[in-house]
Amino acid sequence: MSTIQAIPLNWYILLSAVLFVIGVLGVLYRRNAIIIFMSVELMLNAVNLLLTAFSSYRGDSAGQVFVFFIMAVAAAEVAVGLAILIVIYRNTSSTDINFLNKLKW
Amino acid sequence: MMIKYIFYFLAFVSVFSALMVVVSKNPVHCVLYLIMCFFSIAGHYILLNAQFLAAVHVIVYAGAIMVLFLFVIMLLNLNTQSEPHKSTWLKFAAAITSGLLLVILVGTLKGSETMVMPLGNPNAGLIKNLGITLFKDFLLPFEVSSILFLVAMVGAVMLGKKEIK
Repeated sequence: MSTIQAIPLNWYILLSAVLFVIGVLGVLYRRNAIIIFMSVELMLNAVNLLLTAFSSYRGDSAGQVFVFFIMAVAAAEVAVGLAILIVIYRNTSSTDINFLNKLKW
Repeated sequence: MMIKYIFYFLAFVSVFSALMVVVSKNPVHCVLYLIMCFFSIAGHYILLNAQFLAAVHVIVYAGAIMVLFLFVIMLLNLNTQSEPHKSTWLKFAAAITSGLLLVILVGTLKGSETMVMPLGNPNAGLIKNLGITLFKDFLLPFEVSSILFLVAMVGAVMLGKKEIK
């Protein structure tokens, strides 16, 4: 028996919704910029899981190629983002996002 | 029946470790929990018959991205003492906001029908089919993503330099 028959698609949608919401919670809840970055990665992974589930249930490999591209973009984003974070740390000696309030209001 | 229990287990592990990423105090523990979450998501990919994606996920996320995170955390010497805290009021507001988002996302599912029959090729996640799709229909985006990597590399090196003259 394959997974497709055993597990309804709705469960995967629910699971990725929960993972996405935990990512949103992390972005709102924490003040450390690195943890916020990790929460963004969590959200990207929730979307990846949902795309893969839909692609497998439809039997269309285009969705999985899309996940592949999302992974490529995430890798590039992390490289640039962590470089920005190091520059921030060099200027403020902390990764607290509350020191970055020059653009507020 | 067995697959159902594997799904339950993997879903529990991924949700639990994702929650621990958000609530644990030490940034290094956050990274380790995130790696655990990524491995359980790779297990989900295998359950969905997307083996190639599972392998790439482990290599790219757990292998490359998380090592980068760990490296930066150890470079900046972050630990529990240097961890900034939000006020209780703001934490409460964050929990309420994300809870409402979850209610909305689950609410949209209500009344939807469950898909029982696979529509197309069940082997869509195997390397052969994925490679054919990638290099036939998505050749141009594949090449463009190499330019993206080049730009990201140049940007990271430029930002990381001590000072730009």
